[in-house]
Amino acid sequence: MVQALGTLKETASQTAGPYVHIGLTPNFCGIDGVYDADLGTKMVSERTLGERITVSGRVLDGTGTPLRDALVEIWQADAAGLYNSPSEMRGAADPTFSGWGRCATGAEDGLFRFDTIKPGHVPFKDGRPMAPHITFWIVARGINIGLHTRMYFPDEAEANAADPLLLRVEHRHRVATLVAAGSAPNYIFDIHLQGEKETVFLDI
Amino acid sequence: MSDRANRKPETGAFFPRDRNWHAPALTPGYKTSVLRSPQKALLSLDGTISEITGPVFGHSMLGELDNDLIHNFAKPGESAIGERIIVHGRVLDERGRAVPGALLEFWQANAGGRYRHKKESYLAALDPNFGGCGRTITDDDGFYSFRTIKPGPYPWPNGVNDWRPAHIHFSVFGHGFAQRLITQMYFEGDPMIWKCPIVNTIADRRAIEQLIAPLDWANTIPMDARAYKFDIVLRGRRSTMFENRMEGN
Repeated sequence: MVQALGTLKETASQTAGPYVHIGLTPNFCGIDGVYDADLGTKMVSERTLGERITVSGRVLDGTGTPLRDALVEIWQADAAGLYNSPSEMRGAADPTFSGWGRCATGAEDGLFRFDTIKPGHVPFKDGRPMAPHITFWIVARGINIGLHTRMYFPDEAEANAADPLLLRVEHRHRVATLVAAGSAPNYIFDIHLQGEKETVFLDI
Repeated sequence: MSDRANRKPETGAFFPRDRNWHAPALTPGYKTSVLRSPQKALLSLDGTISEITGPVFGHSMLGELDNDLIHNFAKPGESAIGERIIVHGRVLDERGRAVPGALLEFWQANAGGRYRHKKESYLAALDPNFGGCGRTITDDDGFYSFRTIKPGPYPWPNGVNDWRPAHIHFSVFGHGFAQRLITQMYFEGDPMIWKCPIVNTIADRRAIEQLIAPLDWANTIPMDARAYKFDIVLRGRRSTMFENRMEGN
């Protein structure tokens, strides 16, 4: 026998289910008066530094049908490439920008949309710069554990070509699933859960 | 947040997720997963600063009734119908450390098993005094609690006669976005847990048992509400000394 490591097991994930809005965006689904506003709906104020952009898109199932009951969260650095987090040791991020957003996909069209700013460069673990990117997390009925992925920018071809995470994608044609369409200031990022265009999801 | 402020900054990457402990993406017994499950391998890599950081939520954002589902949607002087309960516990990480400042959001059906949602079609009645959502933030030692009514079980379209056991949905933020978790809490002694196709997406019985809250008799309030204890474990993270130094660190 040896000593026990004494570590615990992570609580297992379970699907967010069809009524995720009740808990996470109650005003969106008509439960008014409990919270003043749904969390994560307003990311940017007049004082926030950086280039204003919109990021919109859909989450599509294996038949190409948009999910109308999904919830998408994003997490990103500020315009200078700093995260508004106690784990950010490189400096103080823009205090007017939390970097976190949440949006339910539309009950009719399945669209999500974030009004945010373009993030700056942040370093990879070895110090190489990563190309500007936004972290995505997707939950919905039928998704047993939240899906992590990233959106990169189509107008950053040079930075994307040197991005340490994108360089790890073995099948190079799949890199395109992580790069938004559109152009500044309106980017479009569709997330494909399955099929030929299946988005590269991350175990990170 | 004082405890967190006094700690050394947490800059280590998170322990890899045990993908055999969690449900796989494709679980045909839960039919909706069939067309919504990625089929290609995930791209695995050690967390970067984009994953080891995460948003912070302050206690000041909470309203007085946010952790009281019995009253936060009820008309003045009225309350939700159902078995009054307190749900409480701690948020820990895999190293057993408390996770202070963790935002928990929860949602559930009413005592009759009916959700307040326009897509809900179950014939059970709505409770005009029950909305079904609440939230709280863990204290310096990782503790949380809220009041609610025990949700009812309900039927759902999957197999011809599938029912969900009574459950409460939880959404949890830790200190890094890689810890983001949504799960469900079940109630001790419910025989329906083991019949549920969503519960059974998880293969390891111990992982299911970790989702079942025991009745906590010691913390039950006489003449008021029974208590259930539900601890939540988030991914642990390596201490900074095991990390390569980041640029500028």
